[in-house]
This record gives sequence, structure tokens and C-alpha cells, in this order.
Amino acid sequence: MSNDDQILEEFTSKEYEFGWTVDLEADEAPKGLNEDIVRFISAKKEEPEWLLEWRLDAFRAWQKMVEPQWPNVTYPEIDYQDLIYYSAPKQSAKPKSLDEVDPELLATFEKLGISLTEQKRLTGVAVDAVIDSVSVATTFKDTLAELGIIFCSFSEAVKEHPELVRKHMGSVVPVQDNYFAALNSAVFSDGSFCYIPKGVRCPMELSTYFRINAANTGQFERTLIVADEGSYVSYLEGCTAPQRDENQLHAAVVEIKAAKDAEVKYSTVQNWYPGDKDGKGGIYNFVTKRGICEGDNSKISWTQVETGSSVTWKYPSCILKGDNSQGEFYSVAVTNNYQQADTGTKMIHIGKNTKSRIVSKGISAGHSQNSYRGQVQVMKRAENARNFSQCDSLLMGSLCGAHTFPYIDIENQSAQVEHEATTSKIGEDQIFYCQQRGIDEESAVALIVNGYAKEVLNQLPMEFAVEAQKLLALTLEGSVG
Amino acid sequence: MTKLAGQSILDSLAGRFEAFEKSLNGQSKSAVHQVRKEAFASLNQTGFPAAKHEEYKFTNLTKALEKNIDFGANEREASLSSDEIESVKIAGLEAYTLVFLNGHFSTELSDDVSEAGLSIETFNSVAKENADELAAQFGQLASTEDNPFIALNTAFSQNGVVINVEHNSVISKPIALYFIGETKKDQLFYNVRNIVSVGEMAQVTILEKFDTIGGEKAFSNVVNEISVAAAANAKYFKLEDDADNTYHISNVKVTQAKDSTFTANTIALNGAMVRNNLDIRLEDQGCEANMNGLYVLGGKTHVDNHTVVDHLMPNSNSNELYKGIMDDKSKGVFNGKIFVRQDAQKTNAFQSNKNILMTNDATVNTKPQLEIWADDVKCSHGCTTGQLDQDALFYLQARGIKKEKARAILLHAFASDVIENLEIEAIQEHVEKIITERLEK
Repeated sequence: MSNDDQILEEFTSKEYEFGWTVDLEADEAPKGLNEDIVRFISAKKEEPEWLLEWRLDAFRAWQKMVEPQWPNVTYPEIDYQDLIYYSAPKQSAKPKSLDEVDPELLATFEKLGISLTEQKRLTGVAVDAVIDSVSVATTFKDTLAELGIIFCSFSEAVKEHPELVRKHMGSVVPVQDNYFAALNSAVFSDGSFCYIPKGVRCPMELSTYFRINAANTGQFERTLIVADEGSYVSYLEGCTAPQRDENQLHAAVVEIKAAKDAEVKYSTVQNWYPGDKDGKGGIYNFVTKRGICEGDNSKISWTQVETGSSVTWKYPSCILKGDNSQGEFYSVAVTNNYQQADTGTKMIHIGKNTKSRIVSKGISAGHSQNSYRGQVQVMKRAENARNFSQCDSLLMGSLCGAHTFPYIDIENQSAQVEHEATTSKIGEDQIFYCQQRGIDEESAVALIVNGYAKEVLNQLPMEFAVEAQKLLALTLEGSVG
Repeated sequence: MTKLAGQSILDSLAGRFEAFEKSLNGQSKSAVHQVRKEAFASLNQTGFPAAKHEEYKFTNLTKALEKNIDFGANEREASLSSDEIESVKIAGLEAYTLVFLNGHFSTELSDDVSEAGLSIETFNSVAKENADELAAQFGQLASTEDNPFIALNTAFSQNGVVINVEHNSVISKPIALYFIGETKKDQLFYNVRNIVSVGEMAQVTILEKFDTIGGEKAFSNVVNEISVAAAANAKYFKLEDDADNTYHISNVKVTQAKDSTFTANTIALNGAMVRNNLDIRLEDQGCEANMNGLYVLGGKTHVDNHTVVDHLMPNSNSNELYKGIMDDKSKGVFNGKIFVRQDAQKTNAFQSNKNILMTNDATVNTKPQLEIWADDVKCSHGCTTGQLDQDALFYLQARGIKKEKARAILLHAFASDVIENLEIEAIQEHVEKIITERLEK
């Protein structure tokens, strides 16, 4: 049996692999959102006064804001008072080492295919595991600490490195940036923090794994990555959630700062529960991701494979402030059944000789709607800015839609900006060619789709690329013919 | 009640509308006037596009008009010499010429058109004599609800022409409509409404040219409703070379029936703020829509081209090519939308927008947009923004061509494919001449 067949075979039987739940005893805040809840979360996390103030400011700002209506997605109104804003798996005390972590929890991650026990790991990936709202374990912390790399949960960072957190938090995505960023700033519960000191090349992939477990909760995590001068880090993010009939809200914020000569590579394989085939349930994924290339010659690269979530609203962006800085965005967004995705990027050229590259591949099937929305902005003083954007859409089936909304705003004559987009379906001749060579239709489609997405998948670290390929096949399962 | 955008315009329009109703004597009960009244009521409800309106994001026409144009001013006659009128005409163009001064049709200056299968009447005369028939066409393609400027135009519509081309008629010469505004002493605001129906298998070419003579500010608001019947072929040209302080908005609404072809050529060369909305609905199979656009801008000119092609049925094609050269402090905006509806399988839709920026004070905002609900389609769009190829410039300079001249040659080459698409030689030469003068400055 060929490899492709295996992949298809493997996934024909199941709809969403990670749809199970575990009965973890959880420590939850009461439903609803008000200042007391914000105080409750802050108190739970034993946070300093300044952070509570910061949260309250965000909450007050959020109250004055209105939910954005411009994305090309529709979903029933969210009742923000009907959500639980804090849920943490109950643990007697903060575990000092992995041996003290609740075995049930470890088993949960084991089931997800993520081993938190370091000695068992073959690959060098350090993982910060976040379940519901709280980081439960971070691996390889000590190895990293030897190099001066700080990689820990956000709440730990607040306690142990308050000066760093205070300096950088909210500097890329300000509290009032948008509705969901403000909400996140008010109620964020945990997340990952990562600091790479000057001149250090991080020897392993850093990774955060997010899992929503409890029902009726929103997940609000924050990731902050600070790469100091001349450093390099590759960061991975993965996520899954149980299969539930009600929709759950996930509103995260990711901030990246790259100093002079630093390089940050951020990869996401997003596989939140997408809802069933009638569009019932699923995660609302409203995420703000932004990186700033502060120093000269710095580089930020976003790679994302979006297969999950019932509604996605996400624009990982780069602010290219330093001269000669570079921004990259590679994305494969797959929607099936009744999924909706409105995703893309913003590249803001401020410094001289800045470069950006956008490659976005959308695949829509079933009744889904897939939109690319992007902006390339070249400021007046951004001499010799260069951008190339390519956004292709592949349509499978006649009931889905593909949309492209690129904004290109240029204020400098020396800019070279190109944008191209195509929309098409898989050619009958392509399928015929495969069939002629004895590859059946479904495998042929998997093959062609993989080829189509290859440019993006190649950007992913190896372990993720394999997972992503399988995910692609799974998401599109049964959408042919 | 929240304040509507452009409230001050609405306030000054109220008096003008009353005066307009009075001037109609007796016609105010006609079916045509009911359409006007409804449009005015709808305008008063919606107001003008607010600053953050997505469709007017880069072109805040409401604010510019509020600041610059006195909407209370009454309509007036133009005082222009025959030389001045001749000067705006396209040299060597063999066409039926119709001249409109400050929006009003001038019988003396216009040709007496008599050709079998072609009828050209002024909007006013049709409104008087055949109100019910006009009411059946008037406002059918241009909806007032979603577009305040169409509502404004509809409310005050009395100028313009109604052109009917009968089945199987091939019109021998282009029909050239010259709209000339005079702003020597006073400001000017006028509306033009043209209704064109092209019968089955008929062929016609219509040209509109907008000019303003004088130093004061002006605002012209144009709406065209063009219906192209089965297997007909219609060509539409719009040349806009206004004065520096003229504000202009045009809404062209087109519907195409089976196997018809429609070509729009939109050339914008000067003005304070120019907005062109071109909206083509391909309502049946086998249609072809071509859109060419060229904007060569200098000074502080702001030109905004919005186009929509809506593919409703299978097997239709659309091609779009818009090119722009922005010099000085000018601003070019482009938004091209292609909609391919679920039924419109086997659609081919292509769109391309290319821009050259000559200075750092010039800006371009472009948004090529595709919205596709059908799977068996070929759609692509591309857009580029950049400066002249430095290698090419060097190549020419190395061969002894002065830098300015070399630049002009390259820009010419850049614009040439749009100009070639204009097909009619006299128009090509006219546009070439203006661009050459502009580029060699």
C-alpha cells in the first residue's frame, strides 16, 4: 500500500482525531465577565499590582469597543457573559518536576502524541503544554537555562522575570489594538514566554501545545517571544480541542520582538475542533499575532497550517522597522464542511531596504468559505522596499467560496510590490494523468493538494510537516467527487 | 438621532430640490418625478458615505464636497466662446457630436442625428412626452439604496440623453457626448443621467468627454445606465480631463444579455478628486466584458477607480487592465472586484492593475479583490507597483537619449497597451498627445 493510501486509509474512519475529553478536575471561575473576574484571575495567579492595573485598563478599554464586523465570516453573536474565563486543571501545589505532575494530565498529553517526559523524547523539542488556561509543564527548561534562554509559562515569567515581561508585554500588540486583543489582555490566563539572549542560537525547537479541555470556557493565552541581538529561535505552536456541540472561544495574542540581526521563525499547526459536518460546534479562533523587526537585518517568518476551527480570524503580521529587515508569511488554510476562515497578513514596511514575501494557499471544500485578507503597506521613508505576494485558491466542490481582499498601499516610489492571485479547481487533466498511472481519484487529489501546498509545508520543521500533511488529507477527506 | 455624514450638503440640497420641483411645472406628478422624490427621500435617510466607509476608504469625497462645493447654488447658463468649445473636442474624430453646457443640452452646437435604428433624445424631452416609458427604464439598473451619489443624481435628473439602438442596427459613427462646465465666475454643480439601450445584434460606440473651463470649483455627478441586449456589441469611452479643482463622480451601471460584448475604456487625466464606479453584471451565458483604464496623474489629482464584474451565469469572460502613472503629489486608488456566483461555472476572469510612482509624495492604494463561489473557473488577478526599470533607463541613456526623454519613452511604452486597446485612432492620438505633453514636462 502506498504512503498516500495509508494516509487516506488511516483517516477515512474518523472525523476529528482529538475530539475526546478527559475528566480533569478543574478549578474554574464563575461564568461571566466583570472587573471582579479580572481581579479573581489576577489574584489566582498571584500577580503583582502593575499587572492587575494593566488588565483592568484593558478591560475598561474592551468595554468601550465593539466587536469587529468587517471580517468575511458569519457566526451567531457571542454572549461574553456566558463564558468561563478561567479554568485550570486542579493540582495540589505547583509541581517542582514532572514526577509531581498529575498522571492523568500526563496521560492526556500522551494521548495527543506529546510526551512530556523528557527522557523518552528522541527529538530535541522543548514543549510548554497549556491545558485550558494554564501551563502545566515545560520541558527541557534546565538545558535551555544553561544557554541563558528563558522558556517558561507566562505566569512563571511574571514572577521570575517581571522586568522583561513588563518591558515587552503589549509593546507589539497594544492593549487597545482590537476587540479580541483587549479582551485577551484583560483575562489572559497563561501562555508561553521566551527570551533568547544576545548572540544565542537556540539549539532546539521551542514549542507550545494548547489544549482546550473544559466545556464552556474560553481560552485566552498570550505568547511573548523576545529575541535579543543576533539570536535565533524556531518556535512551534499546536492546538486541539474536544468535540463539543457548543462553540468555544479562543482569543490569543502572540507578540514577537526581534532585535538587531535576530531571526524568529514561528510555525503553527492549528487544529482546533472544526465542528461536525453540519457545522455544529467548533472553536471560534480569533487571534492577534504580530511581530516587530525592531533592529536592522532582523527577520520574522510566520508559517501556518490552518485546518481546524469553525471560524478563523487571524492575521499574523510583521512590522518591518529596522533597515534591511525581512518578513515572511507562508500559509495553507484549508476549510471543509461549514468552516469559515478569514486569514492573511499585514506587512508594514517602515525601514529602508525591507523585504517581505507572502505565500498564501487557500483550499476550500464542502460548504466552506475561505478568505485571504492582506495588507502591504510601504511608508514614505521605506526606500527600496520589496514585496512579493502570491495567494492562490483551490476550490473543491461547487458550494464553497474563495475570496481575496488584498490591500496594497504604497507611498514610496522606489517600492517594488507585486501581487498575484489565481483561483482554480484541480484540473481534470491532472487527475486523469494520475489515474492513467494507476492512482485512484482520491489519492490523486491528495497528491495534487500536497503538491499545491508544498511551498508552504517545506517551511515547516520536519515533525510538523509530517503532521501537517496528514492533517491536510484528513481535512479534505471525502470532499472529492 | 446620529448625525449623518454630509449633513450640511443635505441641508443645502433641500432648498435646491424645492426650486427644482417648482421649475418642473405640472410634471411633478409624473411617474418619473416619483422616482426622483423617492431617491431624494432615500438620500436624506442614508446621508453621504462616512469617512470610514469601506468603499470610500481612500477617497473621502463627502468631506471634500462639504468643504468645497456650495450645493445651494442654482443652475445657470454657461458663457463660453465657440473657440473654447472647439478646444475640448477630439481633433479628427468622426462622430455624431452632442454638446452639453453646464449639463444642459445645446441644440445649436450639436449635430442633428438621423440614422435608421438610432434615436437620441434628451432626458428632459422624454420625461415630458413619454414619462411612463422612461420611468420603466429610469433607475432600473442604478439602485439608489446602496449608493448616495446615484440617489443624488436620480433626485435631480433632468439632463442627459436617452439613446436607443434598435435590433440589428449597426451605427455608422461613434456618438460623442461633450460635457463642458463653465466656472469662470461661479461654482458649478450639475448632474447628468444617460440611459442607453442597445438592441439585439446591434453595435454602437459611445464616447463621453468631461471638461471644465474656468477657475472656480465644480462638481459633476454622472450616472449611466446601459443595457446591452443579446449578441449586441457596445463600446463605451470615458475621457476625463477636468480642471484642477473639479470634483467628479461617475457611476456606470451595465447589464449584459446572452452572447453580448461590452467594452469600457476609462481614461482619467486631471481633476481634484475623480471617482469612477464601473459596475457590470453578466446576466447570461457567453458574455464578454472588457475594461481598460488609464490614469496619468500630476499635481494633487486624486483618482479612484472602482470596478465590479459580476458573473452570474456560466461561460462568460471578463478582462480587466488598469494602468496608472502617478507624479507629483497625486494619488491613485484602484479597487477591482470580480464576483463569480455559484452558477457561473466555466468563467474566465482576469484582472490586472499596474502602477508606477514617480515621486515619494505620490501614493497608490490598490485592492484587487476576488470573490468566488463556483469551482470550475479560471480567475486570476495581479497587481504591481514600482518605479521605472533603472536598467532600461540606463540602456537608453547609454545610447545618447536624455534622461527626461528616456523616461518619457519608457512611460509611453508602459501605457501603450491600454492606449492600443482604445482602437479608434483619433482617440488614441488625442490621449497620446496629452500624455506626451505631460511626460515631457
